[in-house]
Amino acid sequence: MSKTIVIDPVTRIEGHARITLHLDDHGQVHDARFHVTQFRGFEKLCEGRTFREMPSLMARICGICPVSHLIASAKACDALLAVRIPDAAADLRRVMNLAQIVQSHALSFFHLASPDLLLGMDASPAERNIVGVLRANPELAKGGIRLRQYGQQVIEWLGGKRIHPSWVVAGGVNEPLSSDLRDKILAGIPEALGIAQWALEWFKRKLEDYNEEIRTFANFPSLFIGLVNKRNELAHYDGTLRVGDASGKIVAERLDPQDYSEWIAEHVEEDSFLKSPYYKPLGYPAGMYRVGPLARLNVVDRCGTPLADQEWAEFRALERGAVLSSFHYHYARLIEIIYALERIRELLDDPAILSKHVRAQARPNAFEGIGVAEAPRGTLIHHYKIDEDGLMTWANLIIATGHNNLAMNRGILQAAKHFVDGNKLEEGMLNRVEAVIRAYDPCLSCSTHALGRMPLVVQLVSPEGKVVNEARRS
Amino acid sequence: MPTSVKVKTLRIDGRDVSAREDQTILEVARENDIWIPTLCHLDGLSPVGACRLCLVEIKGSTKLLPACVTAVEEGMEVSTQTEGLESYRRMILELLFSERNHVCSICKSNGHCEMQTLAQRLGLTHIHFPYRYPSLPVDLSHELFGMDHNRCILCTRCVRVCAEIEGAHVWDVMGRGVDARIICDLNQPWGTSETCTSCGKCVHVCPTGALFERGRSASEMDKRPEFLPYLTLMRRAGGE
Repeated sequence: MSKTIVIDPVTRIEGHARITLHLDDHGQVHDARFHVTQFRGFEKLCEGRTFREMPSLMARICGICPVSHLIASAKACDALLAVRIPDAAADLRRVMNLAQIVQSHALSFFHLASPDLLLGMDASPAERNIVGVLRANPELAKGGIRLRQYGQQVIEWLGGKRIHPSWVVAGGVNEPLSSDLRDKILAGIPEALGIAQWALEWFKRKLEDYNEEIRTFANFPSLFIGLVNKRNELAHYDGTLRVGDASGKIVAERLDPQDYSEWIAEHVEEDSFLKSPYYKPLGYPAGMYRVGPLARLNVVDRCGTPLADQEWAEFRALERGAVLSSFHYHYARLIEIIYALERIRELLDDPAILSKHVRAQARPNAFEGIGVAEAPRGTLIHHYKIDEDGLMTWANLIIATGHNNLAMNRGILQAAKHFVDGNKLEEGMLNRVEAVIRAYDPCLSCSTHALGRMPLVVQLVSPEGKVVNEARRS
Repeated sequence: MPTSVKVKTLRIDGRDVSAREDQTILEVARENDIWIPTLCHLDGLSPVGACRLCLVEIKGSTKLLPACVTAVEEGMEVSTQTEGLESYRRMILELLFSERNHVCSICKSNGHCEMQTLAQRLGLTHIHFPYRYPSLPVDLSHELFGMDHNRCILCTRCVRVCAEIEGAHVWDVMGRGVDARIICDLNQPWGTSETCTSCGKCVHVCPTGALFERGRSASEMDKRPEFLPYLTLMRRAGGE
């Protein structure tokens, strides 16, 4: 008799989701699906509003990475104004975007993922959380909290508040940086960098304990997509799209983000509110690709800052081609934190950052605008159309987590097949399936355009809909 | 002041105050630093008593009376801050918030809005009425300014400042009750108005984000209504 196991909700991720595992007659997993159960509708509710509200409105998609939406949205609005914004404004937006990457990666690694890594995948769920980490390894937990605090603090200094600052506007930013603030931000970098390097060393030592997970956590060939700069280094604010394959070969580069629709199409699944984008030249579903820290490190030639470059070289030496296991998203995230901190320092060391000219003034000059940036979780695309007065008529958003949808589905199937035995269900097995999703650090609030941690319910359901077995985590 | 004007004495919140006979309760209260909330009232414009936030209790009267249009009387005993009044004021604000789409977080006037400030001061934490979520347009046809009906509370300050101060009378009110709407000239897009002088007075007296300057992003539209008392003072001085 075939059965279905439902993991609902998936915990320690941003948003609400459910996983169903379909078992065959022998109790083995034959299919796995990741369902995103929330619906937001931002693309519809922005219609009729003025485009200048979009950065603030779209930032409300998410409380974790509002800055990413601010940036992508403001860039789409710049395109509507058809202006080149002042260099200092672009650099200030870069600093804020990097600070966002520091805080979001720190949240993902230390608060959400580290309980699995420190306490073990099979640890009791009551212990397997940030409080458990604080008890078992206070240095790790405190470091994580401190690092996230630094990122949030930089956002607050620049934008006036930590969550949903209204500083990033169409045409630039609405206030220049003072030298006092610049000095304050710079003063925090050595400590933050120290924590990030320490955490990376700790993680690298842990890797050998997780060989089985590394082998089975969404470890399969796929394409990787990310923004790169002219020197093919990491670029989170602008640049061109580069596509790499599993062997590490670059299959397409210098793709103008403005032409994203020529390269990316979206497939709608029946059982999820999350759309599944794919790489058009290969079609659906063969065009499955991954974005985010792992993908970015797979498509660049180097990071572009000294410490991060060293770590990147070591990271890429893990495999001959691209690094394929999604378990290594964690690894890539830590390297990106180091990169972000080094890059913030570079940007702030340039006196031009203090320029008072930080906003271009213009009326809408184009009726369609596209803004693309790298969010912590991957490439983020905002695409708007307006009428002649500047009122929104249409919007399309492709969110980082959405790009990874196909790969996440494939990944949980791989892990579930390896770890889950329907005949003797153990909590640790299901936690590994969840941990695959967690490695991608999906933000479902974003990708479906709520926060909360509900108790986990795992049900074994017979084809007749009868609950045969139930485990409850509260 | 004409010499024939008499002085009246009355009590507001237990305090003895004196007033000219042609003053309203609101004027006297403000002269004596007694706070009464208002939204439609603005010094320099004719009072209309529309928002009902300035309702006060008067001893001997079974009705609540709007302080902005009620003249003082000898021996009057006025209460401005009773529990009942505060709950009515909160209810009025809740009704205003639920009637249209007041999304403070993305509003151009966020942080500079009189209604938002009042809600904070009166301790409004929840709206207990169901939101109506009407589908209302934004008019961006004017070269310099915009009108967002979603944020309008029908206080008619714009109507009055345009008619009484600028003398253009571009704005007026169309429809009744919940369907009432501020309209431009003969209910046409603002940008096509032949009477509008683009002076911007309406924008700066608007207490919310309903009228705004184009080019402003969320939280950037601060209003500067201070011109109005100066203008009325100067005109009065010029007339004498």
